Amino acid sequence: MLTKRIIACLDIKDGRTVKGTNFIDLRDAGDPVELAIRYCEEGADELVFLDITATIEKRKTLSELANRIAHHINIPFTIGGGISSIEDVNILLQNGADKISVNTAAFNQPQLINRLAKEFGSQCIVLAIDTKQEEDGNWYIHLNGGRTRTTTLCFDWARQAVDLGAGEILLTSMDHDGTKQGFALDITKQLSENLPVPVIASGGGGIMEHFADVFTLGKADAALAASVFHFEEIKIKELKKYLIANNISIRF
Amino acid sequence: MQIAIIKYNAGNIQSVLFALERIGHTATVTDDPIQINSADKVIFPGVGEASTAMRYLKERELDKLIVSLKQPVLGICLGMQLLCEYSEENNTNCLGIFNTKVRLFLPPLRQEKGLGGEAKVPQTGWNTITNLKTSLFNEVKENSYCYFVHSYYAEVCDNTIATTEYIQPYSAALNKDNFYGVQFHPEKSAAIGEQILKNFLNV
Repeated sequence: MLTKRIIACLDIKDGRTVKGTNFIDLRDAGDPVELAIRYCEEGADELVFLDITATIEKRKTLSELANRIAHHINIPFTIGGGISSIEDVNILLQNGADKISVNTAAFNQPQLINRLAKEFGSQCIVLAIDTKQEEDGNWYIHLNGGRTRTTTLCFDWARQAVDLGAGEILLTSMDHDGTKQGFALDITKQLSENLPVPVIASGGGGIMEHFADVFTLGKADAALAASVFHFEEIKIKELKKYLIANNISIRF
Repeated sequence: MQIAIIKYNAGNIQSVLFALERIGHTATVTDDPIQINSADKVIFPGVGEASTAMRYLKERELDKLIVSLKQPVLGICLGMQLLCEYSEENNTNCLGIFNTKVRLFLPPLRQEKGLGGEAKVPQTGWNTITNLKTSLFNEVKENSYCYFVHSYYAEVCDNTIATTEYIQPYSAALNKDNFYGVQFHPEKSAAIGEQILKNFLNV
Protein backbone atom coordinates (compact mmCIF):
# COMPACT_ATOMS: atom_id res chain seq x y z
CA MET A 1 0.00 0.00 0.00
CA LEU A 2 1.24 3.47 -0.86
CA THR A 3 2.25 5.22 2.34
CA LYS A 4 1.74 8.74 3.62
CA ARG A 5 5.05 10.58 3.61
CA ILE A 6 6.90 12.42 6.37
CA ILE A 7 9.01 15.18 4.88
CA ALA A 8 11.68 17.11 6.74
CA CYS A 9 12.25 20.62 5.46
CA LEU A 10 15.47 22.61 5.71
CA ASP A 11 15.38 26.35 5.16
CA ILE A 12 18.72 27.41 3.71
CA LYS A 13 20.40 30.80 3.86
CA ASP A 14 23.96 31.29 2.58
CA GLY A 15 24.51 27.54 2.70
CA ARG A 16 23.37 27.13 6.34
CA THR A 17 20.11 25.80 7.75
CA VAL A 18 18.00 28.48 9.41
CA LYS A 19 14.62 28.46 11.11
CA GLY A 20 12.27 31.32 11.86
CA THR A 21 8.77 31.82 13.21
CA ASN A 22 6.04 33.11 10.90
CA PHE A 23 8.56 33.70 8.14
CA ILE A 24 10.77 36.06 10.22
CA ASP A 25 13.24 35.93 13.15
CA LEU A 26 15.79 33.47 11.75
CA ARG A 27 17.93 31.23 13.92
CA ASP A 28 20.92 29.17 12.79
CA ALA A 29 20.17 25.43 12.81
CA GLY A 30 23.33 23.85 11.41
CA ASP A 31 24.92 22.33 8.30
CA PRO A 32 22.23 21.22 5.83
CA VAL A 33 24.04 18.11 4.62
CA GLU A 34 24.76 16.85 8.15
CA LEU A 35 21.16 17.44 9.07
CA ALA A 36 19.96 15.75 5.86
CA ILE A 37 21.99 12.64 6.69
CA ARG A 38 20.54 12.59 10.21
CA TYR A 39 16.99 12.81 8.82
CA CYS A 40 17.64 9.93 6.42
CA GLU A 41 18.88 7.80 9.29
CA GLU A 42 15.83 8.70 11.36
CA GLY A 43 13.54 7.53 8.57
CA ALA A 44 12.37 10.68 6.78
CA ASP A 45 10.66 9.72 3.51
CA GLU A 46 11.76 12.78 1.60
CA LEU A 47 13.59 16.06 2.15
CA VAL A 48 12.84 19.58 0.98
CA PHE A 49 15.48 22.34 0.88
CA LEU A 50 14.10 25.86 0.54
CA ASP A 51 16.71 28.50 -0.18
CA ILE A 52 16.00 31.99 1.03
CA THR A 53 19.34 33.54 0.06
CA ALA A 54 18.86 36.57 -2.14
CA THR A 55 22.28 37.10 -3.68
CA ILE A 56 23.72 36.81 -7.17
CA GLU A 57 26.00 33.89 -6.23
CA LYS A 58 22.92 32.02 -5.11
CA ARG A 59 22.50 29.84 -8.19
CA LYS A 60 26.02 28.45 -7.91
CA THR A 61 25.83 27.89 -4.14
CA LEU A 62 22.53 26.09 -4.52
CA SER A 63 23.70 23.75 -7.28
CA GLU A 64 26.81 22.94 -5.23
CA LEU A 65 24.58 22.19 -2.27
CA ALA A 66 22.36 19.94 -4.43
CA ASN A 67 25.45 18.08 -5.55
CA ARG A 68 26.69 17.57 -1.98
CA ILE A 69 23.26 16.40 -0.84
CA ALA A 70 22.92 14.00 -3.77
CA HIS A 71 26.25 12.39 -2.89
CA HIS A 72 25.22 11.79 0.71
CA ILE A 73 21.55 10.88 0.83
CA ASN A 74 19.61 7.97 -0.67
CA ILE A 75 16.02 9.28 -0.61
CA PRO A 76 14.30 11.80 -2.90
CA PHE A 77 14.80 15.50 -2.33
CA THR A 78 13.32 18.72 -3.63
CA ILE A 79 15.06 22.07 -3.93
CA GLY A 80 13.23 25.39 -4.09
CA GLY A 81 13.66 29.10 -3.54
CA GLY A 82 13.83 31.75 -6.20
CA ILE A 83 13.74 29.33 -9.14
CA SER A 84 12.59 31.24 -12.21
CA SER A 85 13.92 29.62 -15.38
CA ILE A 86 14.44 26.38 -17.26
CA GLU A 87 18.19 26.88 -16.84
CA ASP A 88 17.85 27.14 -13.02
CA VAL A 89 15.98 23.85 -12.99
CA ASN A 90 18.29 22.12 -15.41
CA ILE A 91 21.33 22.90 -13.24
CA LEU A 92 19.66 21.61 -10.08
CA LEU A 93 18.43 18.37 -11.70
CA GLN A 94 21.87 17.82 -13.26
CA ASN A 95 23.32 18.13 -9.77
CA GLY A 96 21.09 15.40 -8.45
CA ALA A 97 17.89 17.09 -7.22
CA ASP A 98 14.84 14.89 -7.85
CA LYS A 99 12.30 17.67 -7.89
CA ILE A 100 12.29 21.44 -7.80
CA SER A 101 9.69 23.74 -6.35
CA VAL A 102 8.49 26.99 -7.85
CA ASN A 103 6.49 29.70 -6.14
CA THR A 104 6.49 33.45 -6.91
CA ALA A 105 8.05 33.23 -10.38
CA ALA A 106 5.42 30.69 -11.43
CA PHE A 107 2.61 32.86 -10.14
CA ASN A 108 3.92 35.89 -12.02
CA GLN A 109 4.48 33.84 -15.15
CA PRO A 110 2.23 30.74 -15.11
CA GLN A 111 3.54 29.45 -18.45
CA LEU A 112 6.82 28.71 -16.64
CA ILE A 113 5.08 25.67 -15.10
CA ASN A 114 3.99 24.47 -18.51
CA ARG A 115 7.45 24.87 -19.99
CA LEU A 116 9.12 23.12 -17.04
CA ALA A 117 6.65 20.24 -17.12
CA LYS A 118 7.21 19.72 -20.84
CA GLU A 119 10.98 19.90 -20.49
CA PHE A 120 11.46 17.81 -17.35
CA GLY A 121 8.12 16.06 -16.66
CA SER A 122 5.40 16.93 -14.16
CA GLN A 123 6.80 14.47 -11.62
CA CYS A 124 9.62 16.85 -10.77
CA ILE A 125 7.65 20.11 -10.69
CA VAL A 126 6.34 20.97 -7.22
CA LEU A 127 4.21 24.07 -6.86
CA ALA A 128 4.90 25.74 -3.50
CA ILE A 129 2.07 27.91 -2.22
CA ASP A 130 2.13 30.28 0.76
CA THR A 131 -1.42 31.00 1.82
CA LYS A 132 -3.22 32.96 4.50
CA GLN A 133 -6.83 33.04 5.55
CA GLU A 134 -8.29 36.55 5.43
CA GLU A 135 -11.16 37.95 7.45
CA ASP A 136 -13.65 36.98 4.73
CA GLY A 137 -12.81 33.33 5.53
CA ASN A 138 -11.10 32.70 2.17
CA TRP A 139 -7.53 31.53 1.66
CA TYR A 140 -5.41 33.85 -0.51
CA ILE A 141 -2.07 33.44 -2.26
CA HIS A 142 0.92 35.31 -0.81
CA LEU A 143 4.19 35.79 -2.67
CA ASN A 144 7.84 36.65 -2.04
CA GLY A 145 8.17 34.47 1.06
CA GLY A 146 4.85 35.75 2.37
CA ARG A 147 5.63 39.46 2.12
CA THR A 148 3.28 40.26 -0.78
CA ARG A 149 -0.42 39.50 -0.62
CA THR A 150 -2.56 38.93 -3.70
CA THR A 151 -6.28 38.77 -4.34
CA THR A 152 -6.06 35.30 -5.92
CA LEU A 153 -7.74 32.44 -4.10
CA CYS A 154 -5.44 29.60 -3.07
CA PHE A 155 -7.63 26.95 -4.68
CA ASP A 156 -7.94 28.80 -8.00
CA TRP A 157 -4.19 29.14 -8.40
CA ALA A 158 -3.58 25.53 -7.36
CA ARG A 159 -6.10 24.32 -9.94
CA GLN A 160 -4.57 26.45 -12.69
CA ALA A 161 -1.04 25.30 -11.84
CA VAL A 162 -2.07 21.62 -11.89
CA ASP A 163 -3.73 22.13 -15.27
CA LEU A 164 -0.47 23.66 -16.49
CA GLY A 165 1.51 20.63 -15.34
CA ALA A 166 2.49 20.97 -11.67
CA GLY A 167 2.88 17.43 -10.33
CA GLU A 168 2.59 18.06 -6.62
CA ILE A 169 1.56 20.89 -4.28
CA LEU A 170 3.50 22.02 -1.23
CA LEU A 171 0.90 23.97 0.72
CA THR A 172 2.13 26.22 3.54
CA SER A 173 -0.36 27.97 5.76
CA MET A 174 1.29 31.18 6.94
CA ASP A 175 -1.27 31.41 9.73
CA HIS A 176 -0.06 28.08 11.10
CA ASP A 177 3.64 28.09 10.20
CA GLY A 178 5.83 28.25 13.30
CA THR A 179 2.88 28.20 15.71
CA LYS A 180 2.98 24.45 16.53
CA GLN A 181 -0.79 24.60 16.88
CA GLY A 182 -1.59 22.08 14.12
CA PHE A 183 -1.83 22.10 10.33
CA ALA A 184 -4.47 23.99 8.33
CA LEU A 185 -6.83 21.05 7.89
CA ASP A 186 -9.61 22.67 5.87
CA ILE A 187 -7.58 24.15 3.00
CA THR A 188 -5.37 21.03 2.87
CA LYS A 189 -8.47 18.84 2.57
CA GLN A 190 -10.01 21.08 -0.08
CA LEU A 191 -6.92 20.85 -2.27
CA SER A 192 -6.21 17.18 -1.69
CA GLU A 193 -9.77 16.04 -2.36
CA ASN A 194 -10.26 18.21 -5.40
CA LEU A 195 -6.96 18.03 -7.24
CA PRO A 196 -5.49 14.95 -8.93
CA VAL A 197 -1.95 15.48 -7.57
CA PRO A 198 -0.42 14.83 -4.13
CA VAL A 199 -0.67 17.60 -1.54
CA ILE A 200 2.09 18.14 1.02
CA ALA A 201 0.76 19.94 4.10
CA SER A 202 3.17 22.38 5.72
CA GLY A 203 3.06 24.73 8.68
CA GLY A 204 1.90 24.15 12.23
CA GLY A 205 2.95 20.59 13.06
CA GLY A 206 3.81 20.80 16.77
CA ILE A 207 2.84 17.45 18.32
CA MET A 208 2.41 13.96 16.86
CA GLU A 209 -1.37 14.18 16.94
CA HIS A 210 -1.24 17.08 14.46
CA PHE A 211 0.37 14.79 11.90
CA ALA A 212 -2.27 12.10 12.40
CA ASP A 213 -4.95 14.77 11.98
CA VAL A 214 -3.54 16.17 8.76
CA PHE A 215 -3.50 12.68 7.22
CA THR A 216 -6.92 11.54 8.43
CA LEU A 217 -8.92 14.80 8.58
CA GLY A 218 -6.83 16.93 6.20
CA LYS A 219 -6.45 14.09 3.65
CA ALA A 220 -2.84 15.15 3.02
CA ASP A 221 -0.58 12.82 1.02
CA ALA A 222 2.48 14.04 2.91
CA ALA A 223 3.22 16.23 5.91
CA LEU A 224 6.21 18.52 6.16
CA ALA A 225 7.86 20.10 9.17
CA ALA A 226 11.11 21.85 9.92
CA SER A 227 11.78 23.16 13.41
CA VAL A 228 10.16 20.35 15.40
CA PHE A 229 12.46 17.92 13.60
CA HIS A 230 15.53 20.22 13.72
CA PHE A 231 15.31 20.69 17.44
CA GLU A 232 14.13 17.10 18.06
CA GLU A 233 10.91 18.18 19.71
CA ILE A 234 9.46 15.38 17.62
CA LYS A 235 11.66 12.43 16.67
CA ILE A 236 10.80 11.14 13.20
CA LYS A 237 11.08 7.50 14.31
CA GLU A 238 8.71 7.98 17.20
CA LEU A 239 6.32 9.97 15.02
CA LYS A 240 6.22 7.12 12.52
CA LYS A 241 5.57 4.55 15.25
CA TYR A 242 2.75 6.71 16.57
CA LEU A 243 1.16 7.07 13.13
CA ILE A 244 1.37 3.31 12.49
CA ALA A 245 -0.31 2.71 15.86
CA ASN A 246 -3.04 5.04 14.60
CA ASN A 247 -3.57 2.86 11.50
CA ILE A 248 -1.95 5.28 9.09
CA SER A 249 0.06 3.68 6.29
CA ILE A 250 3.70 4.65 6.92
CA ARG A 251 7.09 3.33 5.79
CA PHE A 252 9.10 1.97 8.71
CA MET B 1 34.02 -3.63 -12.78
CA GLN B 2 32.98 -1.64 -15.85
CA ILE B 3 29.46 -0.27 -15.51
CA ALA B 4 27.85 1.51 -18.44
CA ILE B 5 24.80 3.72 -18.00
CA ILE B 6 23.03 4.14 -21.33
CA LYS B 7 22.87 7.80 -22.27
CA TYR B 8 19.64 8.82 -23.96
CA ASN B 9 17.03 11.56 -23.75
CA ALA B 10 15.59 10.61 -20.38
CA GLY B 11 16.22 11.79 -16.84
CA ASN B 12 17.58 10.47 -13.54
CA ILE B 13 20.94 9.44 -15.01
CA GLN B 14 22.78 11.62 -12.48
CA SER B 15 20.88 10.10 -9.57
CA VAL B 16 21.87 6.59 -10.67
CA LEU B 17 25.47 7.69 -11.03
CA PHE B 18 25.49 9.23 -7.54
CA ALA B 19 23.86 6.11 -6.06
CA LEU B 20 26.57 3.89 -7.58
CA GLU B 21 29.21 6.21 -6.13
CA ARG B 22 27.62 5.90 -2.69
CA ILE B 23 28.04 2.11 -2.84
CA GLY B 24 31.63 2.44 -4.04
CA HIS B 25 31.38 2.11 -7.82
CA THR B 26 32.00 4.40 -10.73
CA ALA B 27 30.13 4.20 -14.01
CA THR B 28 30.39 5.65 -17.50
CA VAL B 29 27.41 7.42 -19.01
CA THR B 30 27.63 6.61 -22.71
CA ASP B 31 25.79 5.96 -25.97
CA ASP B 32 28.90 4.48 -27.60
CA PRO B 33 28.08 0.89 -28.75
CA ILE B 34 31.65 -0.31 -28.15
CA GLN B 35 31.72 0.95 -24.55
CA ILE B 36 28.26 -0.44 -23.84
CA ASN B 37 29.07 -3.83 -25.36
CA SER B 38 32.30 -4.20 -23.42
CA ALA B 39 30.82 -3.23 -20.03
CA ASP B 40 30.37 -5.90 -17.35
CA LYS B 41 27.02 -4.46 -16.31
CA VAL B 42 24.65 -2.15 -18.16
CA ILE B 43 22.09 0.14 -16.53
CA PHE B 44 19.24 1.51 -18.62
CA PRO B 45 17.70 4.29 -16.52
CA GLY B 46 14.93 6.66 -17.39
CA VAL B 47 12.33 9.12 -16.33
CA GLY B 48 10.46 10.39 -19.34
CA GLU B 49 7.96 9.60 -22.07
CA ALA B 50 7.96 6.25 -23.90
CA SER B 51 7.47 7.22 -27.57
CA THR B 52 10.03 10.05 -27.48
CA ALA B 53 12.55 7.75 -25.80
CA MET B 54 11.95 4.90 -28.31
CA ARG B 55 12.34 7.28 -31.27
CA TYR B 56 15.64 8.50 -29.86
CA LEU B 57 16.92 4.93 -29.31
CA LYS B 58 15.93 3.88 -32.84
CA GLU B 59 17.55 6.91 -34.48
CA ARG B 60 20.84 5.89 -32.89
CA GLU B 61 20.24 2.14 -33.36
CA LEU B 62 20.53 1.74 -29.60
CA ASP B 63 17.34 -0.35 -29.74
CA LYS B 64 19.11 -3.17 -31.61
CA LEU B 65 22.16 -2.85 -29.39
CA ILE B 66 20.20 -3.13 -26.14
CA VAL B 67 18.31 -6.31 -27.10
CA SER B 68 21.55 -7.95 -28.27
CA LEU B 69 23.37 -7.43 -24.94
CA LYS B 70 24.56 -10.59 -23.18
CA GLN B 71 25.80 -9.13 -19.89
CA PRO B 72 23.37 -8.30 -17.03
CA VAL B 73 21.18 -5.31 -17.92
CA LEU B 74 19.04 -3.40 -15.40
CA GLY B 75 16.20 -1.20 -16.66
CA ILE B 76 14.91 1.34 -14.15
CA CYS B 77 11.41 2.90 -14.31
CA LEU B 78 10.94 4.00 -17.95
CA GLY B 79 13.97 1.85 -18.82
CA MET B 80 12.10 -1.21 -17.49
CA GLN B 81 8.93 -0.23 -19.36
CA LEU B 82 10.87 0.15 -22.62
CA LEU B 83 12.12 -3.44 -22.21
CA CYS B 84 8.48 -4.64 -22.34
CA GLU B 85 6.53 -5.45 -25.53
CA TYR B 86 4.34 -2.42 -25.76
CA SER B 87 3.33 0.71 -23.84
CA GLU B 88 0.00 2.46 -23.87
CA GLU B 89 1.92 5.69 -23.43
CA ASN B 90 1.38 7.18 -26.89
CA ASN B 91 0.81 3.70 -28.30
CA THR B 92 4.47 2.72 -28.38
CA ASN B 93 6.02 -0.56 -29.52
CA CYS B 94 8.91 -1.23 -27.17
CA LEU B 95 11.94 -3.52 -27.14
CA GLY B 96 10.06 -6.76 -26.48
CA ILE B 97 12.32 -8.46 -23.94
CA PHE B 98 9.74 -8.95 -21.16
CA ASN B 99 6.50 -10.75 -22.10
CA THR B 100 4.19 -8.04 -20.87
CA LYS B 101 2.45 -4.80 -21.76
CA VAL B 102 2.56 -1.43 -20.04
CA ARG B 103 -0.80 0.14 -19.15
CA LEU B 104 -1.95 3.48 -17.80
CA PHE B 105 -3.21 3.31 -14.21
CA LEU B 106 -6.95 3.61 -14.66
CA PRO B 107 -7.80 6.58 -12.50
CA PRO B 108 -10.77 6.03 -10.23
CA LEU B 109 -13.93 7.88 -11.27
CA ARG B 110 -13.24 10.93 -9.14
CA GLN B 111 -10.09 11.63 -11.09
CA GLU B 112 -11.73 11.41 -14.47
CA LYS B 113 -13.50 14.52 -13.30
CA GLY B 114 -10.11 16.05 -12.50
CA LEU B 115 -10.62 15.51 -8.78
CA GLY B 116 -8.25 14.11 -6.17
CA GLY B 117 -8.92 11.23 -3.82
CA GLU B 118 -7.19 8.13 -2.52
CA ALA B 119 -5.38 6.87 -5.62
CA LYS B 120 -3.79 9.72 -7.49
CA VAL B 121 -1.94 9.21 -10.78
CA PRO B 122 1.05 9.25 -10.98
CA GLN B 123 1.65 7.07 -7.95
CA THR B 124 4.20 9.09 -5.98
CA GLY B 125 5.90 7.74 -2.91
CA TRP B 126 6.83 4.61 -0.98
CA ASN B 127 5.07 1.30 -1.56
CA THR B 128 5.84 -2.33 -0.66
CA ILE B 129 7.34 -4.99 -2.92
CA THR B 130 6.22 -8.62 -2.46
CA ASN B 131 6.58 -12.12 -3.99
CA LEU B 132 10.31 -11.46 -4.35
CA LYS B 133 12.22 -13.83 -6.62
CA THR B 134 15.80 -14.16 -7.94
CA SER B 135 19.09 -13.00 -6.43
CA LEU B 136 18.19 -9.38 -7.24
CA PHE B 137 16.36 -9.45 -3.91
CA ASN B 138 19.01 -11.21 -1.81
CA GLU B 139 18.77 -9.96 1.78
CA VAL B 140 15.67 -7.92 0.91
CA LYS B 141 12.67 -8.79 3.06
CA GLU B 142 9.15 -9.28 1.71
CA ASN B 143 7.12 -6.07 2.01
CA SER B 144 10.17 -3.81 1.94
CA TYR B 145 9.42 -0.24 0.92
CA CYS B 146 10.68 1.25 -2.32
CA TYR B 147 10.19 4.67 -3.91
CA PHE B 148 7.92 4.86 -6.97
CA VAL B 149 6.92 7.68 -9.33
CA HIS B 150 4.92 6.47 -12.35
CA SER B 151 1.64 6.72 -14.24
CA TYR B 152 2.04 3.52 -16.27
CA TYR B 153 2.58 -0.01 -14.94
CA ALA B 154 3.68 -3.36 -16.38
CA GLU B 155 1.10 -6.13 -16.06
CA VAL B 156 1.99 -9.21 -14.03
CA CYS B 157 3.42 -11.96 -16.30
CA ASP B 158 5.71 -15.03 -16.20
CA ASN B 159 8.75 -12.69 -16.00
CA THR B 160 7.46 -10.96 -12.86
CA ILE B 161 9.92 -11.25 -9.94
CA ALA B 162 8.23 -8.75 -7.58
CA THR B 163 4.76 -7.29 -7.34
CA THR B 164 3.32 -4.10 -5.89
CA GLU B 165 -0.28 -3.09 -5.44
CA TYR B 166 -1.64 0.29 -6.48
CA ILE B 167 -5.20 0.34 -7.81
CA GLN B 168 -4.35 -3.29 -8.81
CA PRO B 169 -1.32 -5.60 -8.53
CA TYR B 170 1.39 -5.02 -11.12
CA SER B 171 5.04 -5.93 -11.82
CA ALA B 172 7.43 -4.08 -9.53
CA ALA B 173 10.32 -6.02 -11.09
CA LEU B 174 10.86 -8.30 -14.10
CA ASN B 175 13.57 -10.74 -15.17
CA LYS B 176 14.23 -12.69 -18.33
CA ASP B 177 17.65 -14.24 -18.99
CA ASN B 178 20.26 -11.49 -18.44
CA PHE B 179 17.65 -8.70 -18.40
CA TYR B 180 16.28 -7.22 -15.17
CA GLY B 181 13.88 -4.35 -14.74
CA VAL B 182 12.56 -2.47 -11.71
CA GLN B 183 9.66 -0.03 -11.74
CA PHE B 184 10.78 1.66 -8.52
CA HIS B 185 13.87 3.81 -8.16
CA PRO B 186 16.57 1.81 -6.34
CA GLU B 187 18.76 4.92 -6.49
CA LYS B 188 16.22 6.68 -4.24
CA SER B 189 14.95 3.79 -2.13
CA ALA B 190 17.22 4.24 0.89
CA ALA B 191 19.20 1.20 2.14
CA ILE B 192 16.87 -1.30 0.42
CA GLY B 193 17.53 0.35 -2.93
CA GLU B 194 21.28 0.26 -2.36
CA GLN B 195 21.06 -3.45 -1.50
CA ILE B 196 19.18 -4.12 -4.75
CA LEU B 197 21.80 -2.19 -6.76
CA LYS B 198 24.56 -4.20 -5.04
CA ASN B 199 22.70 -7.43 -5.81
CA PHE B 200 22.46 -6.46 -9.47
CA LEU B 201 26.19 -5.78 -9.60
CA ASN B 202 26.73 -9.27 -8.14
CA VAL B 203 24.48 -11.03 -10.68
